[in-house]
Amino acid sequence: MNETLKVDRRDAKLALAHIYVAFIALALGGLAGLLQTLVRSGKFTLPANISYYTILTTHGVLLGLVLTTFFIIGFQFAAVSRTAGTFSDRVRFWGWIGFWLMTIGTAMTAFFILIGEASVLYTFYAPLQAHPGFYLGLTLVVVGSWISGFAIFAHYARWKKEHPSQVSPLLTFMAVVNMVLWLVCSLGVAATVLIQLLPWSLGLVDRINVLVSRTLFWYFGHPLVYFWLLPAYMIWYAIIPKIIGGKIFSDSLARLSFILFLFFSIPVGFHHQLMEPGVEPFWKYVQVVLTFMVAIPSLMTAFAMFATFEMYGRSKGATGLFGWLRKLPWGDARFFAPFVGMLFFIPAGAGGLVNASHQLNQVVHNTIWVTGHFHLTLATTVVLTFFGAAYWLIPHLSGRVMTKAMNRLAIIQTIVWAIGMAFMSGSMHFAGLLGAPRRSAFSTYGNSPQALEWIPYQIAQAVGGTILFIGIILVLVIVTNLAFFAPKGETEFPVGEVAETAERTPLAMENWKLLISITVALILIAYTIPFIDMIQNAPPGSKGYKLW
Amino acid sequence: MHIHKYEKIWLIFGIGSLFIFLTIVGVSAFAKGNQPPSGLTTIDPEKVDQTPPFNKPGLVKTGDNEYQLNMVASAFSYTPAQVEIPKGAKVTINVTTKDVIHGFEVVGTNINMMVEPGYVNSFTKTFDKTGEYTILCNEYCGAGHHMMTARIKVVD
Repeated sequence: MNETLKVDRRDAKLALAHIYVAFIALALGGLAGLLQTLVRSGKFTLPANISYYTILTTHGVLLGLVLTTFFIIGFQFAAVSRTAGTFSDRVRFWGWIGFWLMTIGTAMTAFFILIGEASVLYTFYAPLQAHPGFYLGLTLVVVGSWISGFAIFAHYARWKKEHPSQVSPLLTFMAVVNMVLWLVCSLGVAATVLIQLLPWSLGLVDRINVLVSRTLFWYFGHPLVYFWLLPAYMIWYAIIPKIIGGKIFSDSLARLSFILFLFFSIPVGFHHQLMEPGVEPFWKYVQVVLTFMVAIPSLMTAFAMFATFEMYGRSKGATGLFGWLRKLPWGDARFFAPFVGMLFFIPAGAGGLVNASHQLNQVVHNTIWVTGHFHLTLATTVVLTFFGAAYWLIPHLSGRVMTKAMNRLAIIQTIVWAIGMAFMSGSMHFAGLLGAPRRSAFSTYGNSPQALEWIPYQIAQAVGGTILFIGIILVLVIVTNLAFFAPKGETEFPVGEVAETAERTPLAMENWKLLISITVALILIAYTIPFIDMIQNAPPGSKGYKLW
Repeated sequence: MHIHKYEKIWLIFGIGSLFIFLTIVGVSAFAKGNQPPSGLTTIDPEKVDQTPPFNKPGLVKTGDNEYQLNMVASAFSYTPAQVEIPKGAKVTINVTTKDVIHGFEVVGTNINMMVEPGYVNSFTKTFDKTGEYTILCNEYCGAGHHMMTARIKVVD
């Protein structure tokens, strides 16, 4: 089980299966997104009595949960197999079990959404009550992802056993951190679904504690976004340096930033509940402080990336303050797409700090500003990085090569995406500042002059949404080509090497007992007292409602 | 672990900014009382119509130029649907719901609350300018969510 340059055929099949599902979700979820922006422009109504909220639920579940989770697990399987060696049959077997559970769960969830039994949006806040099949489907997705997580842990443990007192490969380490993060946070959503929502929707219990359910959801909901972001950071830290021909700036700082994400991305859920009754303001502030701490590893990442770029440019003879920019491989979509994603993370991160600040949150909470925010973070930074990775990962796994024409198309795709998103997310931010709510069908609120002001921005969103849908068609063309039609050949799975000047990585960074203890301690500090309060001072519970 | 000199400068600047932001938010919240709405009063969501003050929703004068506005949210409307507030009045808005979670946003102001079954959420605001404000639901509550609205008129 030594480091191999090529992912084993059998592991490649497992990774590809995940990636196919991810891109099918992109096609369907993207179509739903296009329809939403058209409806909100006020110029278009959905045919055949299809509800805006059914479409919205479909969009959120398919893109927020399915596209992300499947791509991430597929990518991580490939990265771990590439850097820590081919999987054992047992690890691969459990990987397939995880895949099928997630796929069956997705199909089940999608079925109940599409027949209109679960128009509860992807946050499924009680006491809106969906069909039990919706919750059961989501449970299967989460359980499947846990199994895949444990498959990765088992493979990592075996590598450590076979390589005593050696530092694990960077990509493998990062994948393990991300799956630990995922496991710890998804316990929250599993608890609310299994203990509260499922028995209540089955009629086994009459009433539900709404605030506890929401708190458990958001205990999961924020680290969820870091579960999306960390694979993008893996690609930035460990793969982009190789693509441009440079070196990883520092292995130990990369690991440190991942460890900080593990610590600080979980005990921060209250920043989604700042406007909520039933939570003492003091505890909201504690979690706001922790939320700001999670910006630190992102600052470190920004530094490391630009240091890598500059070091590379200078090694190619660049001079002057910004001369190195010209040496970067702008014509290579594997670099260009993630790079544009990085640029979008600058306003996205700043907007995130706005959302996490009490008084500013009061202005933007539940307005379409927030939708604009996560269409920068997730739908641009993360997604463009995933597209950029797909351009080498899919041909590597399918035994093909990307042609120059496809590379050119991928560059165009990135530009189309950036333009579409600038329109859509930009106008969402502006309309949000004027008070336009998120998650709402077109409405003038009884011809309110304030609501009429939003319409031009909503039309701009539809223009942006249409451009983005063209971007989705382009990426689907490229991905289909790379998977089935591109010329046969060998494509490199790029893995960066550490710069000679960087220091050795301390082994203490893999002291999991310590890392997990700190994570749990921070969670207990942030949540114990307010959570006990919620249960001790609970109002009468709520029965279920189906109001759609 | 060694950290490059430039990275140290960058991180000191970055982390320093974060602490300045946190101090501003914290001082505003704890010293100046700009806390987010965090009502801790509970109520039986099925007995809202019988529980004061929500048995008689509307504007109540509580002192010199001070008022309480008690509002009930339910799918898909607010009671009362229209309120007149005298200009310059300091109004404490109390709001609760009879059924699912709703939002309570007064467009163009900082009034923005989650309204959750079992709780009364509150926020105090002085209305200094005359004009019409739109109240709307900004948390998805069902098929008629986008029709859920009310008006505040601030009059001389």
